[in-house]
Amino acid sequence: MKVWLPRDAAALALGADEVADALLHAAQARGIDLTLVRNGSRGMIWLEPLLEIETPEGRIGFGPVTPADIAAILDAPNSHPKALGLVEALPWMARQTRLTFARCGVTDPLSLAEYEAHGGLSGLRRALGMDAAGIVAEVTDSGLRGRGGAGFPTGIKWDTVRKAQSARKYIVCNADEGDSGTFADRMIMEGDPFTLIEGMIIAGLGVGATKGFVYLRSEYPDAIDVMEQAVGLARQAGLLGTSVLGTGPAFDIEIRVGAGAYVCGEETSLLNSLEGKRGVVRAKPPLPALQGFMGQPTVVNNVISLATVPVIFEKGAAFYRDFGLGRSRGTIPLQIAGNVKQGGLFETAFGLSLGEIVDDIAGGTRTGRPVKAVQVGGPLGAYFPRSKFDTPFGYEEFDGQGGLIGHAGVVVFDDSADMLGMARFAFEFCAVESCGKCTPCRIGAVRGVETVDRITRGDADAIPLLTDLCETMKDGSLCALGGFTPYPVMSALTHFPDDFATTRKAAE
Amino acid sequence: MPRANAPRPSSEEVRTRTEEVLAAHAHLEGPLLPILHALQESFGFIPQDCVQTIAEGLNIGRAEVHGVITFYHDFRDAPAGRHVLRICRAEACQAQGGTALAEATLARLGLEWHGTTVNGAVTIEPVYCLGLCACGPAAMVDGKVLGRMDTARMEAILAEVGA
Repeated sequence: MKVWLPRDAAALALGADEVADALLHAAQARGIDLTLVRNGSRGMIWLEPLLEIETPEGRIGFGPVTPADIAAILDAPNSHPKALGLVEALPWMARQTRLTFARCGVTDPLSLAEYEAHGGLSGLRRALGMDAAGIVAEVTDSGLRGRGGAGFPTGIKWDTVRKAQSARKYIVCNADEGDSGTFADRMIMEGDPFTLIEGMIIAGLGVGATKGFVYLRSEYPDAIDVMEQAVGLARQAGLLGTSVLGTGPAFDIEIRVGAGAYVCGEETSLLNSLEGKRGVVRAKPPLPALQGFMGQPTVVNNVISLATVPVIFEKGAAFYRDFGLGRSRGTIPLQIAGNVKQGGLFETAFGLSLGEIVDDIAGGTRTGRPVKAVQVGGPLGAYFPRSKFDTPFGYEEFDGQGGLIGHAGVVVFDDSADMLGMARFAFEFCAVESCGKCTPCRIGAVRGVETVDRITRGDADAIPLLTDLCETMKDGSLCALGGFTPYPVMSALTHFPDDFATTRKAAE
Repeated sequence: MPRANAPRPSSEEVRTRTEEVLAAHAHLEGPLLPILHALQESFGFIPQDCVQTIAEGLNIGRAEVHGVITFYHDFRDAPAGRHVLRICRAEACQAQGGTALAEATLARLGLEWHGTTVNGAVTIEPVYCLGLCACGPAAMVDGKVLGRMDTARMEAILAEVGA
C-alpha cells in the first residue's frame, strides 16, 4: 500500500509526525506492506495533515487526520467520515492552474527520479541547447515579473547582469520570506526543492554566473533541512558541480541561513548580510545587477520567480504569458491566511477579484463573523475594506487602489479587528525591524507608535500629524520597510475612520 | 546546545573553539554569519571573548564584529533557557487570536518578551512569522513548529518543558 503524508512545516505543526508514527504502527500490526512518502503540502492547510492513499482510480485523501483516525482509515477507507475522495478532483485543486506548484504535494521532494518523471529538468535540458541571450529572451518573453513583491521584469534584470563584464557573477535567491501571510517560498522549498535549484541553474546559464546562494531565513528550519539535502543530492547527480549535467558550464549552490532580521528580505540588505555585514540597506544605484554580492554583477530573485523559470522553459514563454491579466502575466501562488475557513496556497492566473478570493475560495472567516479587512502583500501592504473587493489581482490593479500585491499573501480579519491597533502594530514592527539607516524609518516608526497612542487617548490633533509622518516616511526612506509602513497605517485610517474616531469620542 | 545555568566556557575554550570555527569557514565568501551561527551552536550564545579572535581571523575591526552580532535578533550575548519558546506576533496570527495567546502565556510565566523563567527552563521570544499563516496562532519550541495553538495546548507545552 502506498500512502503520502506531508513533511511540510504546516502539516508538521498540525501533528503530521504523530500521524506518521501511528500509521507505521497500525500497518505493522495489520501486516500491511506500507510505503510511506513524506511529500510536500497540496496547499489545503485546513485539511492538514492530509493523508493520501493510492487507488487504481487515483490518490484519495483523508483530512485533517489525527493518530486516532488511522486504524479506522486502514480498516474501512471508503466509509471513513474524513474521506475526501479523489484529491485532484477536490474543488480547491480542480480550480487552480498549478504551474510553479505542479509537483508540490505530488512527488517525493527529495527524489530526483520522481522530479524528472514529472517534467523536471526538461526546461534545463532545453536551456542547455540555447545561448545566453536566447535564455534571457525566453524569460523576458514570458512576462515573468519579480514575485517577491516589487514586480520588476525578471528578464530585464537578467539581461543587465548578462551584459555586465565581469569574471565573476552570482545568482542570489532571496528566501528570506518574512512577510506575514506568506508561505509560498517555504512550501516550494519543502515540497519541490529541485525546481528552485533548476531555476537557479538556468539563471546561471543565462547570465554567465557559476555560483548561487540561497539566503534562507532561520525561522524555517524544515525548509533549510530539505534544501540542504536537495543540494547534496543535486551535486551527487551531477546537476550541480563542475559541469551541469555533464555538458554545461559549472554551477554550484550554497545555502546560507539568515539571523532573524526582517529587513534582510530587502535585496541590498540581504547582500550585505550575505557578505557578513550588518543587514543595512544600500542606496541604489549602483544596482545589484551591476554591483551586487562582493561588488560583482548579481541576479537577486525571489524563490517563486526562480522556481517558475523551469516551467517557462519546459512549456515555452508563450504558454506562460498566455495566462494573466494586463501586464501581470502567468500565474500567482496566492497565500490565503489569517481568519479564513479554507486557508492555504492557491495558484491561479492573475485577475481574480479580491472578493472571489476571500468569499469564494477562502469561504469567508473561520469564526463565521463578517470580514472587516484584508491585508494584501504582507506587513507593508494596505488593508482593503469590502468596498474594494472588486479589485482584480494584478500588480497595476492593486497599485491603482493604493495597495500592493507584494508576495501575494492575503490575510483576512473579521469584524473584531481593531484597525487603530493594527496601525500601531505596523509602526511597532517597523521600529523593531528598521536597519537604522534612514532617519524617517528609524525614528519615525517610534514616533508613529507614540502618535497612535495619542489618538487612542482621544487626541484628534494627532491625526494630521500621523498623516504628515507617513508622508515623510514614504518619501524619505531608501527601502520598502520605512517607505511602505505608511500603506497599512494610511489604509487603516482612510478605510476604517470609525476605529480612529470612536476612541476619540469615547474619550471626550 | 548549552543553556542558562550551565557553567560559562573559559576564555581558553572560547579561543580554541573560535579558531576551529574560523578554520572550518575560511573557504567561504562572506563567512561571518555562518561563523557566528556555528559559535552560537557551540556555546548557546556568542561569548564576548570571541570578538577579538574573529576580528583578527577575518582581518576586520572588533567594532565591526560587535556591530554584526548586535544587529541580528538571533545572536545572543547570554545563554537562553533550556528551551526557547517563540510565539508569532505577526498579522496573520493576530487575525486568529495570537495576541490573546501571547498575552496569556506571558502572564502565566510572569515574564516580558525575551525573559527567562527563574528555573532556567524557558526563554520566551516574539517571532514575526513562521510561515504558518493559514494555521495560526503559530509557535515554535526549539526547532519544532506548532500550529492552531490555544491556551490548553500551550499549557501542555509549558508543562512538557518544565516551566
